[in-house]
Amino acid sequence: MVMKAFAVTSVVSFVTYLLLTTGSGDLWMWSASEIIFGIILALIVGFIARKIFIKNSYRMLNPIRWFRGLVYLIGPFFIAMAKANLDVAYRVITGKIRPGIVKISPGLKTDLGITMLANSITLTPGTLSVDINNETNDLYIHWINVKDEALKKKPRDPSYVCNGFPKWIRRIAE
Amino acid sequence: MIEVFIISAAVILISIALAFIRLIIGPTIPDRIVGLDTINTLVIVGMILFGAAFKESIYIDVAIVYALLSFVTTMLVAKYLEGGRM
Amino acid sequence: MVVTIIIYTMLAIGIFFNLLGSIGLLRFPDVYTRLHAGTKCTTFGSMFLTGAVIVYGLKEWYLHPVAGSSIMPLHVFIALIAILVTNPTGAHAIARAAHKSGVLPVNAVVDDLKEDTTKEKTKKAKEAKK
Repeated sequence: MVMKAFAVTSVVSFVTYLLLTTGSGDLWMWSASEIIFGIILALIVGFIARKIFIKNSYRMLNPIRWFRGLVYLIGPFFIAMAKANLDVAYRVITGKIRPGIVKISPGLKTDLGITMLANSITLTPGTLSVDINNETNDLYIHWINVKDEALKKKPRDPSYVCNGFPKWIRRIAE
Repeated sequence: MIEVFIISAAVILISIALAFIRLIIGPTIPDRIVGLDTINTLVIVGMILFGAAFKESIYIDVAIVYALLSFVTTMLVAKYLEGGRM
Repeated sequence: MVVTIIIYTMLAIGIFFNLLGSIGLLRFPDVYTRLHAGTKCTTFGSMFLTGAVIVYGLKEWYLHPVAGSSIMPLHVFIALIAILVTNPTGAHAIARAAHKSGVLPVNAVVDDLKEDTTKEKTKKAKEAKK
């Protein structure tokens, strides 16, 4: 188990090192000295960081999850981001704002999932994640243009704030 | 092609100047940090544009390191402002 | 020729959004709304500007395929990933720090976070009394 974590961390750091040193020589794209040094560094990093990098689950090694992540980034996420920027442009020019901080319960469990959701929320229309409750994984979100329908019920409906993102992220990271 | 990148970098410098006004006048400390964060992102982009204009890929390596270090700075200042343990 | 037009368009979009982010930083009334402008617009604009540089680098690599011309697009791509990951996280840290240090949103319609933190504080004060 420890060996597997060590191996995965080493391989990931070695690939990162290779990406950063492309074009250094004529062994396809790398020089021999870079590759040897990269292997040594990757082993050291893998030994030090194996417990931090991998927390007892290997579900992110599944390539289907990475493919879903890529589709998510290119499709719904990019469209939402473009909308977000046009929205901010409109508000910069006209100055119409109606701010407020709302609390939503997205129902995600893992750290990676909640991080991805918080970052997605920050980059999509009119919303910015402010704080997180560590025990219940509730997110507090600053909303630049609060809708009245969303304020009626006390456990707020997440679909007003993040349209369908939790579903995508559950499929990618959980 | 080089001129276009230099003109873009000049406009980025103008936006840096605008963000710098917020850094100076910002009434509260978080305002100033927001200005600083924006300036950091703009400086990274400016470095990348200059790197493309002069065809020096070392500028881009500096930009990567600057991005990671500025992130650490932002986190550290935010944590300090929050008043918790580092 | 088409590639040149693509590069010009991407540069124009990127510059527009970056400038807009800076103007929004000056125009908005409080920290949180300023963060909206300062984070979203600069991230989106930077995506397009770095995208333009990546397209330019790929074109150079295609025209002069010598060792070393592959460095630029790849490294710019890594810089883009660094910006995309670190920018929203930094914004989140600043917003959280601002709220904890007592800067409240101006003209807020609703503030669930403030309600919850005051509830917790009163609860703790009651427990301390017991």
